Amino acid sequence: MAAVKHIEFIVAAYAAAVVVVAFLIAWIMIDYRGLRRTLADLDRRGTTRRTARPEPAREQA
Amino acid sequence: MALADLANPSRFLSLADRTIPWVGGLTVLVFAYGIDQAMLAPDDYQQGATVKIMFLHVPSAWLGMLGWGLMSVAALGTLVWRHPLADVAAKAAAPIGAAFTLLCLVTGSLWGRPEWGTYWVWDARLTSELVLFLLYLAVIAVWRTVEDPSRAARAAAILTLVGAIDLPIIKFSVEWWNTLHQGASVFRLGGSTIYSTILIPLLIMAVAFTLLFFTLHLAAMRNEILRRRVRTLRLMQASAAN
Repeated sequence: MAAVKHIEFIVAAYAAAVVVVAFLIAWIMIDYRGLRRTLADLDRRGTTRRTARPEPAREQA
Repeated sequence: MALADLANPSRFLSLADRTIPWVGGLTVLVFAYGIDQAMLAPDDYQQGATVKIMFLHVPSAWLGMLGWGLMSVAALGTLVWRHPLADVAAKAAAPIGAAFTLLCLVTGSLWGRPEWGTYWVWDARLTSELVLFLLYLAVIAVWRTVEDPSRAARAAAILTLVGAIDLPIIKFSVEWWNTLHQGASVFRLGGSTIYSTILIPLLIMAVAFTLLFFTLHLAAMRNEILRRRVRTLRLMQASAAN
């Protein structure tokens, strides 16, 4: 089988694509998990959004 | 669900949670098929196997420009219509667009060395693409330095709309100036100059990259909404403590 000319440039380009895409995916996933953890922690301490709070029971007439 | 309902961040989060796994799965499938077709594509009669770099370089270039185009529409949403998700969309798109523009520059250099004999030349296409990357960095810097999100959104929106001038410059640079970079060969009057055995894998890879951009953008928008919730809750916590 004949050696592919300039193979090092082709491999380097595909490796660069893998690195960039893997970095983007990892960054977004790690960020997401961190934010979810922080929100859960705030929730545990009782700091919640108004819409997330249970509605107070209404008095019956 | 009406389009206007997406203006509600909670509804958007619910939609994103349901959509991301499906779009992500579709992205993996289209990428697998696209890479298979790209590897099976014949060598170019002049460039040989280095034409395989095109399957990464061209979609990255398109997405770099698409990202800025999307941010420009979102900038109008922020400044004109004050849509609640417009600046979320713009902020989330900036690092993704920057990454694809960087990938375009890197793969272009790696393609240029064997074909042109140099990694870099200050021709109009390469320089305007580098300017786009620097514009992305500038917008990211604005978001990171201005603490108040609404002020940061307005400043970033203005910078984005000014920077949009670079998009037609990138597109038409190969026609307006004498460049080492080749002219348009895919979308041009008179049809593509690329033979179908190479053009079809290129278009499949372009679809795969676009799906990847869309998936990452949805996920990044979800993160940005959650980040704003964290900020609001911390402000509430701080004011309750005082």
